[in-house]
Amino acid sequence: MTTPATDDESHRAETPPPPPPEPSSDGGNGDGSDHGGDAGTDEELHGLLAEFDTPGALIAAARKVKNAGFTEFDCYSPFPVHGIDAAMGIQRTKLPLLVFAGGLAGLFLGTLMQWWMNAYDWPWNVAGKPTWSIPANVPISYETTILLSVLTTFFGMWAANKLPQVWHPFFRLDRFAKATDDGFFLGVEASDKRFDLEQTKQLLVAAGASHVDECYVDARPEARTMPRWILAAMAVLTMLAVIPIALVYKARATKSNQPHYHVFSDMDFQPKAKSDQPFTEFADGRANRGQLLGTVARGALKADDAYYRGLSGGQWLTGLPVQVEPTSAVIDRGQERYNIYCAPCHGFDGAGHGIIPERMAMLGGAWEARNLVDRGSVVIKMPNGQLFNTISNGNNTMMGYAAQIPVDDRWAIVLYVRALERSQNAAESELPPGAEVR
Amino acid sequence: MATSSDAASEAGAGPGHGPDPRAAFRGITNDVTRVALGTTPKWWYPAFAVSNLMLLCLVVALYHLFTTGIGVWGNNNVQGWAWDITNFVFWIGIGHAGTLISAVLYLFRQEWRTSINRSAEAMTIFAVAAAGIFPIIHTGRPWFAWWLIPHPNDMGMWPQFRSPLMWDVFAISTYATTSILFWYMGMVPDLATLRDKAKERWKQIAYGLLCLGWRGSARQWHRYERAYLILAALSTPLVLSVHSVVSFDFATSQNPGWHTTILPPYFVAGAIFSGFAMVATLLVPLRYLCGLQHIIKESHIEAMCKIMIATGLMVGGAYGIELFTAWYSGNAAEWFTFRNRILGEYSWAYFMMVSCNVLVPQFFWFKKCRTNPWIVVILSILINVGMWFERFVIIATSLARQALPGMWGYFSPTRWDVLTLIGSFGLFFTLFLLFARFLPIIAIAEVKGVLPEAHAGKDHH
Repeated sequence: MTTPATDDESHRAETPPPPPPEPSSDGGNGDGSDHGGDAGTDEELHGLLAEFDTPGALIAAARKVKNAGFTEFDCYSPFPVHGIDAAMGIQRTKLPLLVFAGGLAGLFLGTLMQWWMNAYDWPWNVAGKPTWSIPANVPISYETTILLSVLTTFFGMWAANKLPQVWHPFFRLDRFAKATDDGFFLGVEASDKRFDLEQTKQLLVAAGASHVDECYVDARPEARTMPRWILAAMAVLTMLAVIPIALVYKARATKSNQPHYHVFSDMDFQPKAKSDQPFTEFADGRANRGQLLGTVARGALKADDAYYRGLSGGQWLTGLPVQVEPTSAVIDRGQERYNIYCAPCHGFDGAGHGIIPERMAMLGGAWEARNLVDRGSVVIKMPNGQLFNTISNGNNTMMGYAAQIPVDDRWAIVLYVRALERSQNAAESELPPGAEVR
Repeated sequence: MATSSDAASEAGAGPGHGPDPRAAFRGITNDVTRVALGTTPKWWYPAFAVSNLMLLCLVVALYHLFTTGIGVWGNNNVQGWAWDITNFVFWIGIGHAGTLISAVLYLFRQEWRTSINRSAEAMTIFAVAAAGIFPIIHTGRPWFAWWLIPHPNDMGMWPQFRSPLMWDVFAISTYATTSILFWYMGMVPDLATLRDKAKERWKQIAYGLLCLGWRGSARQWHRYERAYLILAALSTPLVLSVHSVVSFDFATSQNPGWHTTILPPYFVAGAIFSGFAMVATLLVPLRYLCGLQHIIKESHIEAMCKIMIATGLMVGGAYGIELFTAWYSGNAAEWFTFRNRILGEYSWAYFMMVSCNVLVPQFFWFKKCRTNPWIVVILSILINVGMWFERFVIIATSLARQALPGMWGYFSPTRWDVLTLIGSFGLFFTLFLLFARFLPIIAIAEVKGVLPEAHAGKDHH
């Protein structure tokens, strides 16, 4: 049973020579069985795997093997056996230094990112606060420090342990499955320059091994590479992964007449009505909405006839609406508005000699504005309501001023016109003391 | 296999002198791998079905939210942060116990943690996953959430790193990454155990790829243990920073009730409190259902209850100090906010919070309450109800009475708020049940390492 002969069983279970031969009953077909069925002759020795009963026995054996000068060996246990590092002479890992470097990089990069983005490339004024202030930037630098330290720790552990490594020669031994359960193993590799099959086996048995197994691998290196179909699948997946990147690159490098493709259109394309346009969202197909029957817009009721239309019981109002008080302030306001809106035609004195009739005359035309203050003028005889209505809606060639002049101002103008009439037609005896006729 | 636990205790009687010193290791292996590799237990199917139904609620609620808009929630102009942010803070808080158990208790050499750390870490990751949904859907247009990641873009814009909301992005994503890597790295040796115990070829391949080909070599263990220690040391400040950063969202604002320096430690204590309550809620039933009473021992549950008393008292103390500070500061707005919190229209929520978080954990002073599984589970659930209300009280009552009467308002949830909350529990439980079924729920290698048999046969020092 010591030669790597015809099938897996031969090297799967090996009895250590010195103790009474008790062939191990370990005859299961594990994952290795599909490797060696035909070609036992092609197999070469990978190493020896010795099993021990207790963690303590493993430590003692590791010390012996190390003291014998072996370097290419390792111990396998279901949990970290404390004390084995010293026995095997394992150098303390450099991982903490690597993590420290990773943490510093995180601190530096996180701080640089914030400075560059917020203080340099796009200094954005938020409520007048400084664009670069350490306290406000501490939390993110803190988090990036930890993040990069963690990533360095995790992937540094992978790299140092050469993980992932889903296959190892010892996995061919069924017994090795106990290394993650209740077994304590010491494996010596045949590549060690002190390795000698028989002597090393003796050494392991003497160290207290309960079993020593020989482990063989296929001699052809190509048999130990990854199966072709896995490589092919990885190649195909890699190619497929490049496609989206290539499409993005093509989109950036070429021009197109088409609008952007909107995954989420948000409010970019909402149905929207513009006035006097067709609009299919409404039943009548028009964008404009008419007034609703029986409704009045807020502030548009204007139910007070006297104030808004100068009417009282269907007749022109002769007095004033209650809202209008004939004070000198209102008359002054009326004068100001009159001089702006009325004087260009009717003249500052109301006699109809404004700048526009004058200009008409200069150009050879013949038109005069109504004389508002002549004793015989219709205006003098007009009730206040009718005068208000004329200002609001116009008369003959005069246009209405309702759109330009608010209601209060129109009543103020009415009052001022009455004042003009009175002053233009006053007798000398009616003048207040101190006034003089010009 | 069924008697392996007995074998383990026999072997434990005399390290190295029992009939087979390795029986204890074998017992642990078999008891834990049986859960992942054996037939699916009967209780698992109905539990998974209910979780899936709840998860469906999340899918429906999110579909309606995305196609319609935030208006489907009860949020309004006054209550801009409502259940969405309450749920976020609640879940991220729960996600603190795992890392605390894994990292802080590891650094303090609390060996009892080895029985619960794996499932607590898994719970952390699933809670962070549930939490991560809320700030993203809360943005209204979640498909632009990637704008939070700094990347060159055709708008020429960069994120605003001076905003606590950006700190959140970095803190949560760092925490999620670290938790996942820590959890996964701890699982690698146990996945190798599952690979070697699995009978079916496809399971061997799947677990074999997941465990990266781990073979438990001493040289690998040496670097692994070092890396694990470093990760623990890195996670400890991280876990304290995450909920502090979350509390900055509130504390750096000017709003009375939020603008206070006690918030970071107050949030961290509450997070640990709720996290342990959730671990207890999950593990107390799980240890019976999976037959792991001899690994997750009663003393471990008791230890968690004691931590709940401690953190519950811290949280209670924070409520008191917060109130005192509001009064002592002489700030009328602060004092008004706190009086309103206690006596206003949300007083029911405030007293719910105080009774669940301060009074309920006091029962854990009694050994009878700590050792009765029913009482532990019920009290733990009540604590988490209270912790949910704590976040709701902080958010809703502080927003309900802002400076102008025009900014006064009450929050009433809609059915979509409720469905989203239920759905987040569905996501959490679905992920946890999948974990409990297919992955090593106990840190097998770590538990073996703290058995007395782990020192069998060594020279006496």
